[in-house]
Amino acid sequence: MTYLSTAPLSIEALLAEVAAPHCGGTCAFLGTVRDGPDDGGVTAIEYSAYDAMAEAELDRIVSETRRQWPEARVAVRHRLGLVAAEEASVAIAVATPHRADAFAACRYVIEQVKKRLPVWKKELRADGTATWVDPSGHPSMVGPQ
Amino acid sequence: MSRVAGAVGTVRIRFFARYAELAGRSEGTLSVPLPATVSDVIQRIRDEWPGTSALPAQPLAALNLRHVRLDAPVADGDELAFLPPLAGG
Repeated sequence: MTYLSTAPLSIEALLAEVAAPHCGGTCAFLGTVRDGPDDGGVTAIEYSAYDAMAEAELDRIVSETRRQWPEARVAVRHRLGLVAAEEASVAIAVATPHRADAFAACRYVIEQVKKRLPVWKKELRADGTATWVDPSGHPSMVGPQ
Repeated sequence: MSRVAGAVGTVRIRFFARYAELAGRSEGTLSVPLPATVSDVIQRIRDEWPGTSALPAQPLAALNLRHVRLDAPVADGDELAFLPPLAGG
């Protein structure tokens, strides 16, 4: 299984992967590159990873999800490389017999991804500056590109 | 897993993202007297490899592709990675 991709993510492909007759609820999540009012003109984010560990960690997250929701069908991909604003950096699809489990399991996957995945992002701005993103709140400038 | 006094292990070290920039390299190998913990290895790197003193003394660490605490023991042949604050998703 390869969970990392440098190509644009297709949520349709993930939905097809998890579709099954016994599943009546499917939850899809896309995380996209944001340029909000406080983000300072982000044009793209460059994603990099500790590839082997990210693959292993995603495999563990999927296994845990299947253990916790045994009937869940789970698909997840994380994009690497340059991702433009509004494009998806992470895509998750979870199908279960009933909707409550689909929402809960999908939420579990994205929260674990945020918490555990060895992935880093450098925000690139229209003014030529770039910043390593530190979710703990200490961005560090890396200067003009 | 017995450890002989005086034994030395070779550990593959990896740096990523901002830490690779700070350290001026993305990987290397280090000989460490065993037994040793992740913390011991960090200390040794900061002492021996120029430029790595800019790395935090207590970074996130992964041993053989798994998150570990800094008091985890390292063994000969291990791959030890130092991870800047995670930002996936």
